Amino acid sequence: MNATAIDNLFQQKIDLDLNIEPKDQMPEKYRLHLIRQISQHAHSEVIGMQPEGNWITRAPSLRAKQILLAKIQDEGGHGLYLYSACETLGISREELIDQLHTGKAKYSNIFNYPALTWADIGAIGWLVDGAAIVNQVSLQRTSYGPYARGMVRICKEESFHQRQGYEIMANMMKGTEAQREMAQDAMNRWWWPSLMMFGPHDSDSPHSGDAFTWKIKRKSNDELRQKFIDKTVQQAEVIGLTIPDDELRWNEEKQGYDHGEINWEEFKRVINGNGPCNKQRMDHHKKYHAEGAWVREAAAAYAKENSK
Amino acid sequence: MTKKEALFNYLLQLGDNALIQGHRLSEWCSKAPFLEEDLALTNMALDNIGRAQSFLKYAGDIEGIGRTDDDLAYKRGERQFYNHLIYELPIGDFAYTIAKQLIISVFEYFQYTELTQSKDSTITGIASKSLKEIKYHKLHATDWCMRLGKGTVESHQRLQEAFNALWMYTVELFEMYESDAILVKDGIAIDLNIVKMKWKEMIATILKEATIDIPTVDYMQTGSRRGIHTEHLGHLLAEMQYLQRAYPDATW
Repeated sequence: MNATAIDNLFQQKIDLDLNIEPKDQMPEKYRLHLIRQISQHAHSEVIGMQPEGNWITRAPSLRAKQILLAKIQDEGGHGLYLYSACETLGISREELIDQLHTGKAKYSNIFNYPALTWADIGAIGWLVDGAAIVNQVSLQRTSYGPYARGMVRICKEESFHQRQGYEIMANMMKGTEAQREMAQDAMNRWWWPSLMMFGPHDSDSPHSGDAFTWKIKRKSNDELRQKFIDKTVQQAEVIGLTIPDDELRWNEEKQGYDHGEINWEEFKRVINGNGPCNKQRMDHHKKYHAEGAWVREAAAAYAKENSK
Repeated sequence: MTKKEALFNYLLQLGDNALIQGHRLSEWCSKAPFLEEDLALTNMALDNIGRAQSFLKYAGDIEGIGRTDDDLAYKRGERQFYNHLIYELPIGDFAYTIAKQLIISVFEYFQYTELTQSKDSTITGIASKSLKEIKYHKLHATDWCMRLGKGTVESHQRLQEAFNALWMYTVELFEMYESDAILVKDGIAIDLNIVKMKWKEMIATILKEATIDIPTVDYMQTGSRRGIHTEHLGHLLAEMQYLQRAYPDATW
């Protein structure tokens, strides 16, 4: 089969809503697009362990500590099966990590913001995981089989994460004045970066064209963002938190909220490396990866010796 | 010391070991040599925090003045903690953590095997559940001792140095004090002399197979049974207890 015939057969499968599996032939651009997207997703799970891990030793109760530990383990686990899904596309974990370290691969911009207080752990669970779920639910129907199946499992766990984050915020809002201030402050700092998680407006989204044709992406950035805002505003109201957006209004006609403009300057600045924690996150990952080299070498040497 | 005081103290010893061990292991989050190992270490941390919660809750019940598991974890000072010294030592490099894990998990394996026979049914309940976890912790530490001991020259050297550094904290694990004496008579606490013999034998076997020499040291550390700790514990507690101390009126 020549390249055009392969592409045609591939697109036919896509149009019939059939999953593409690792052994199927696929256009090179599709494969590369997926590697980029899935690895970015995997790296996000792993880098996301840093801001949350930062609070495990200071979690304010034994219950909160256990929940946070379990949650971060889930994230690490998501990272693992996303790396595995990515490896089915013909790239190794070592190469993926290398791409992260050289800056060729990205991770979610949200983790370039710092987790400053305990309320940030609530805000991350509620807003960040809440935004991630909206995106991931739509990815359960993505065209690449291993990625879609990974998403089904990930979504189940993420909804638990979102509830734990919301519970932290709700408890703090029922607490002392200092706790309520802490919660609102976290809300103020995490709201806008959470909206940015959905990426640029549809009109400015560079990777969307092919992603829709190949059914990697099922819903647009703006559609997903709207969904997130609509469900979150009500949740905030229930526990008495204020959304830090003066222009937020219910729009009867579209049956959704209108919101103020996102600061795209900030978005671009942080994505391009100049956020509060970009350097810190990457230095941390590189440092501990390098420090673990002797352990990986020892394990490999031992395995080699024992397989003789 | 009354029987009730002895039991309260004994439960704190068990609970504090788990709490402090859980804290130290959780420090590995996002810092392990690779992702699978990150998950393994924090999973063991989670086991320990769960166990700490069970023992501290029971300790609060026995004490009978209304202190909860969280009160006991977050509102006691350095001198009221009864974990063994080795548990509170900083995590060090990966070899140091593995050596610590081996010493501790083999100790706990025999300790908890004995505790499942305790006359106190709450202790046996917690011990039975914990023993399953400890068996995995022991397996994990043993496997890594083999890999590091027989892996590369560097890994062997690091592991040997770790055991050398930790050895002076091992004898303390088997010290018995007043609370032990009172409770052993009733079959509630265990005789650590039995545990000590078995521990020595198993550690010697594992280290031999891992080509690690048993260290010789001329001084053994002691103190934790009397609430005398290393300087490290204060820092650990300052971090762990910070929110509870800074916002005493808050519930989380």
